[in-house]
Amino acid sequence: MIEFISQPWPWYVAGPLIGLTVPTLLILGNRAFGISSSLRHICAACMPANLDFFTYDWRKEAWNLWFVGGILVGGFVGGVLLTNPHAMTIAPATVQALQTLGIGDFTSGLLPADLFNWSNVLTMKGLIFFVFGGFLVGFGTRWAGGCTSGHAIMGLSNLQWPSLVATISFMVGGFAMTHLGLPWLMKLAGF
Amino acid sequence: MNTQLEEIEIPVVVPARRPVGNWVYGIVGLLFGIVFVKAEVISWFRIQEMFRLDSFHMYGVIGSAVLVGMLSVQLIKRFRVKTLDGSPISIAPKQFNKGQIYGGLLFGCGWAITGACPGPLFAQIGAGFGVVSVTLLSAIAGTWVYGAVSSGK
Repeated sequence: MIEFISQPWPWYVAGPLIGLTVPTLLILGNRAFGISSSLRHICAACMPANLDFFTYDWRKEAWNLWFVGGILVGGFVGGVLLTNPHAMTIAPATVQALQTLGIGDFTSGLLPADLFNWSNVLTMKGLIFFVFGGFLVGFGTRWAGGCTSGHAIMGLSNLQWPSLVATISFMVGGFAMTHLGLPWLMKLAGF
Repeated sequence: MNTQLEEIEIPVVVPARRPVGNWVYGIVGLLFGIVFVKAEVISWFRIQEMFRLDSFHMYGVIGSAVLVGMLSVQLIKRFRVKTLDGSPISIAPKQFNKGQIYGGLLFGCGWAITGACPGPLFAQIGAGFGVVSVTLLSAIAGTWVYGAVSSGK
């Protein structure tokens, strides 16, 4: 059993399970699925700095913080307790493209160890891939009013056209960065 | 003592049930996090495959999640399903603004660099990639800067 669920799950199992989060949260307490709001609640709770944007009762949204806390623990259960004993299968074309860019590790886990490594924090690699990348995620999702969960899944589930606009923008940004920005950023990072 | 209690009139409606505790959402998050890791949605490689059109996996995950979500929301609306504590379910509509385009493009760039949207950031940390906490802190900082800019101070 453990061996069975430790294998990577196919998309047609994972996708519907992720989709079911939408009605689960609605039925539990009329909560709209969305994860990037948690980042705002953390700001409101820890350093509102008298800014209008963070002046609201974040305690009323505390469920969201419990939810992301649960995701963190779930990450531990799925990634450490139920870890996949085999190396990931990555599309050969992606491996080749990333090798050209300078990535060398494709076997140690879900993320390349030569990039996601504590020793990179204070280098250009860390500055670009953790600090700059993370900043874009936090700034961009808030400006867009949601992320993949709030717009692409919850918003599209509720047939909201602004969420379709947001989802298309996410994809356009991602394609542009992958094909135009990344080769340049990788070089800058010293790969 | 009892006589006083009997005098209180109790309106005959559906008995109000208490809302579920916040910890229940923690359990949902936990199950969700497990799915995230086991489907390798939190993998930097899978996001690269997606943006290079080298694999169907991520499109399958997101596409089937949206289909199931859509069907669920339609059923909830059609049958006027209520929450566990008996209150009506209503979903706020999304208002369009240009931020969905500009912010969306910026987030897309960040997604391709970090290989993670906000949910996977939490799951990656739990899965043992502690260094992603730097990315998460920076994402919180990004949200804060957006708040500062949009508050006009």
